[in-house]
Amino acid sequence: MENILEVHEVTKKYSATHALRGVSVTLGAGKITGLLGSNGSGKSTLMKIIAGLTHPTSGSVAVLGGPVGPASKAVVSFMPDRPLTESWMSVGDALKFQRAFYPDFDPDKAQRMLEFMKLKEKDKVNTLSKGMNERLQLTMVLSRRARLYLLDEPIGGVDPVARTRILDALVEFYEEDSTILLSTHMVSDIERIFDDVIFLKEGEVIMHSEVDELRLRHGKSIDELFREVYAEC
Amino acid sequence: MTIEFDNNLPIYLQIMNYIKGEIVTGKLKPGDKILSVRELASEMQINPNTVQRTFQELEREEIVETRRGMGRYVTSKEETIMTIKKEMAKDILDRFIRGMQDLGFQGEDILAAVAESIGTKDGE
Repeated sequence: MENILEVHEVTKKYSATHALRGVSVTLGAGKITGLLGSNGSGKSTLMKIIAGLTHPTSGSVAVLGGPVGPASKAVVSFMPDRPLTESWMSVGDALKFQRAFYPDFDPDKAQRMLEFMKLKEKDKVNTLSKGMNERLQLTMVLSRRARLYLLDEPIGGVDPVARTRILDALVEFYEEDSTILLSTHMVSDIERIFDDVIFLKEGEVIMHSEVDELRLRHGKSIDELFREVYAEC
Repeated sequence: MTIEFDNNLPIYLQIMNYIKGEIVTGKLKPGDKILSVRELASEMQINPNTVQRTFQELEREEIVETRRGMGRYVTSKEETIMTIKKEMAKDILDRFIRGMQDLGFQGEDILAAVAESIGTKDGE
């Protein structure tokens, strides 16, 4: 099967510190992969490199076999850790922007997602609660018919009810031939939706494995393994 | 349909056991159509790939069969269902016997305890 994403020996240095060291990751189609790591482990940096917002110091990234650039950005839908919206926008404006920027934006899917998320087009972005705002960001990103979705901490800082709604939306609106890379440090709430997980620690990949295999081998939840791996940090 | 997942165990195995339970207890009958991957995934709020894997395993064990273009059905073979029932009973028995042995009961004592317990229940 064609690989959606190939990250090869990527290193990123910010002046004196290494954000990533020799990271190699390959993702096939139709998988939901958790990118797990504590704060500062390099999750956001890796996502930004794949999305083409920053360049690696060395190493290479290929999306659908091609380099990161306009062609890859057309098939990669990125939800960064900061809002994609401006404060003056309404929910409707936000979706119009997304539609204008990306030809793969699917207005029907956006409408279904709005309904599912209980968002209204006339709602003003700056009046939305944090949880509702996360729902809007996710709607914007998942309404594109992309091949690779990069979701940076989509459940960060939202209450458990909003979190459940966001996870349900992911399962409900996930296209089975696409790939999701989702970063989080809150593992227990979300581990039931992963196919596999990548553990990133101090800029290095220390494990990439299928979740049910890990549970079978260790008799432990991914959350418990996560806590063990990061305990000595 | 609700199922509390134990994150310490492979999720596909938990769904398999759940579906087997539904079949053995007659909630799913031989020849019944079962939900699609999509439907089951959104109902159980888990990854569709995990459901897919569950169905593959159930097909391998011939508990579920796919009819081309029509979906998946519970096997209509009674003997397969009897086999699942026996396997599940064996699991329960094994656990029970191990528990009794841990408490210091041996063969005859266990039988006597079971007989007494069943006798009491019948008497009620």
